[in-house]
Amino acid sequence: MARKINIVCVSGTHEKLQMAAMFASVAAATGDQVSVFLSMNALPYFVKGHAAQAPAEGGFGALLAQKGVPPFKQLFRQAAELGEAKLLPCSMALDLLKVTRNELDPELGPPTGLTRFLSDAAGGQLLTF
Amino acid sequence: MSESRIVDARNTFCPGPLMELIANVKLAGVGDVLELLSTDEGSAADVPEWVHKIGYELLGSEKVEGVWHIKVRKTK
Repeated sequence: MARKINIVCVSGTHEKLQMAAMFASVAAATGDQVSVFLSMNALPYFVKGHAAQAPAEGGFGALLAQKGVPPFKQLFRQAAELGEAKLLPCSMALDLLKVTRNELDPELGPPTGLTRFLSDAAGGQLLTF
Repeated sequence: MSESRIVDARNTFCPGPLMELIANVKLAGVGDVLELLSTDEGSAADVPEWVHKIGYELLGSEKVEGVWHIKVRKTK
């Protein structure tokens, strides 16, 4: 039976986005039901035209920048395309950023509020980055 | 008729090899064999774990001159 895995991304650092994307892609491709809630400093990376490189939090971030490490945006995209993960932008963050859904990457789902996300996440695992 | 294909994921790090394999599995037919080439040690353990969880057949996993060759049959 598929597990329900809910991932909340609020950090904009490379390490946290990478780890969240790794969990999302592997879990989704293994058949788990994955939802990723993107808010605060994580959300701007999914606005069209925004830089795809995130700053390192510590020394490991520099290692992640080397060739051969799958970019976190590619992993999130694969989670959605290969595993049908839902990538959900936080409606509050969109309002504060003054960004509309049309300005987001096409793999993102509908703007989602906390009430809806928590309701859908009930009974599943919650991972926060 | 089943086919064989090579998935060359050498010099990529976890979960790159697994995601490469999964992308190719989606395109393969039932009965096809995929041979994943990987230089990532973590993936050498993780990919067979994924194969078992999904229910595909692991035909072999061996390291030859620094490259892991992981053979998988898509069974469903």
